[in-house]
Amino acid sequence: MSQLKEAILSTTSGGNKAFIPYIMAGDGGLEKLQPTILKLQELGVTAIEVGIPFTDPVADGPTIERAGERALANGTTLRKVIETLTSFADKIQVPLVAMTYLNPILAYGVEKFAEDAKLAGIRGVIIPDMPLEEREIVHPALKANHIALVQLVSLTSTSERIERLTKASEGFIYAVTVNGITGARSSFASELEEHFKKIQEYTDTPVLAGFGISTPEHVKSFSDFCSGVIVGSKIVDSLVADDWATIEELVKASKVTAVK
Amino acid sequence: MTTEVKGRFGRFGGQFVPETLMTALQELEEAYEHFKNDDSFQQELHYYLKNYVGRETPLYFAERLTEACGGAKIYLKREDLNHTGAHKINNALGQALLAKRMGKKKIVAETGAGQHGVATATACALLNLECIVYMGAEDVKRQALNVFRMELLGTKVVAVEKGSATLKDAVNEALRHWVTHIDDTHYILGSALGPHPFPTIVRDFQRVIGDETKAQILEIENRLPNAIVACVGGGSNSIGMFYPFVQDTDVALYGVEAAGQGIETGKHAAAIQGGQTGVLHGAFMYLLQDENGFITEAHSISAGLDYPGVGPEHCHLHETGRATFDSVTDEEALEGVKLLCRTEGILPALESSHAVYYASKLAKTMSPDEILVICLSGRGDKDVHTISAALGGDLA
Repeated sequence: MSQLKEAILSTTSGGNKAFIPYIMAGDGGLEKLQPTILKLQELGVTAIEVGIPFTDPVADGPTIERAGERALANGTTLRKVIETLTSFADKIQVPLVAMTYLNPILAYGVEKFAEDAKLAGIRGVIIPDMPLEEREIVHPALKANHIALVQLVSLTSTSERIERLTKASEGFIYAVTVNGITGARSSFASELEEHFKKIQEYTDTPVLAGFGISTPEHVKSFSDFCSGVIVGSKIVDSLVADDWATIEELVKASKVTAVK
Repeated sequence: MTTEVKGRFGRFGGQFVPETLMTALQELEEAYEHFKNDDSFQQELHYYLKNYVGRETPLYFAERLTEACGGAKIYLKREDLNHTGAHKINNALGQALLAKRMGKKKIVAETGAGQHGVATATACALLNLECIVYMGAEDVKRQALNVFRMELLGTKVVAVEKGSATLKDAVNEALRHWVTHIDDTHYILGSALGPHPFPTIVRDFQRVIGDETKAQILEIENRLPNAIVACVGGGSNSIGMFYPFVQDTDVALYGVEAAGQGIETGKHAAAIQGGQTGVLHGAFMYLLQDENGFITEAHSISAGLDYPGVGPEHCHLHETGRATFDSVTDEEALEGVKLLCRTEGILPALESSHAVYYASKLAKTMSPDEILVICLSGRGDKDVHTISAALGGDLA
């Protein structure tokens, strides 16, 4: 079992829900990466999704896109993020999940990326512009380095695709909760609960909800029918504002005492 | 030569898109496969191409240009005479008709020079579809005339301020819009780019250029041309022209990319000659990028060629050696404009001027009994301000 899946299952077996914050590496400077990760770790998050900026992030909404632009303006690259993470890898206890578009990995070299990512504490990878059909490009190298390749499942995925995606997904299943791009939303479609049930039917791999989750109430309501949540844009905004109280509230909402 | 396995042309192409789009692409592929062979769809398309677009377009013997170049006999395929002034309408109309058959009421599109935007806005007005066009803010400035035309046609034009504020950023926004409105919206991609099945659909709707050219040259000259020259940005006019000739290996195919201020300056849009392979906008192709895999800005005087990638089928034609790719600078393209204006009384689009200039040099190396066809993809009325400014005028 992947270290990522293990971390999520050990959270949920204690009655809590998994909570994975997304941060944009290099937003505010790469020197912010270490203190941010260590502080999130202290708050008791299950894993941390580390976004790698890209010039053309088609799956991202305005908040994360702007964070990416700021990170690019700082000179952030995949190589520098991996170097920075490696420099304090001995202090990282939670699994890191890299979220990057495919082209930076291709430019880095797939094999080299997988080897270096492992040393940097990266235990999972999400590639939003690489569908299941193309996963063989990176999967063998990731597998050899014990890095889970997480698949996204969307509301538009057909039953047949959901089955294939959930069976292939490693670490966890990233269930996209809206049609669209990342970013905060006030409401979600009513058929979500059914959708999550359908996904969980095919697998014992935990299903996590992501895209648009921005309040402790969202965190709690999703906790009723999945194993946890990924919070992106709200975390990114809060980190820019240095508003750790909001982040703490969100993490707390995933804990057993807060559920129900 | 060109193979299509799982949406691939050789090792190029593919479907590199977010999962939310995968089902829509599958639906599109199925719908397209169905209607492609549907007689009533083909009849409807043919009806509009003939009576609305004005096809077929002439294959015109450019006698004075031929004399001026002093070599091969030069013919012009007059796509500039299409309704809306360029080849873009062939695809926009085809896809709009397809969208209608698929039950989609809304259209989203991107545009660079504005030609595809105008063509899409036109097709949507004709077929009563709601239309939104994303356009880089830089291009909105460069192509104010086309923005106004689209708005007159009832289309909403959204200026994209992000990134380099040009075509690639407009594609990003159009893709985001499509992901968010997937239920009722079809994306009319304007070039032979993007995830499968777009490169195939766009090529099929544009192959009318090459099909007509082939029939026309056989009728006029009773033989195929020795060479065909077309400009390549994303590559829709060129793939439409090339495709029916790919099996005719005696016909040399030349794709002309935009060298901007010169490939050595880094300020260019020549993805095949100055780029490396990578993934952008759903396809594996040649791309302008840095060593980190970040996409770099394309530069060209012509907004329609100002794109950092090139269609996957062209990448394959390049790799197999079936087509030859070369480039022409901004300055040379302006020479092409002047040459065609003065010898033939035709003002070519800046995009097409790249092909005109390259062909004028190529013709000189050929003998008078050889035939060269230029794909004159569009007319240059939209570019007069840019041309005036580049030649030191103050029209703007």
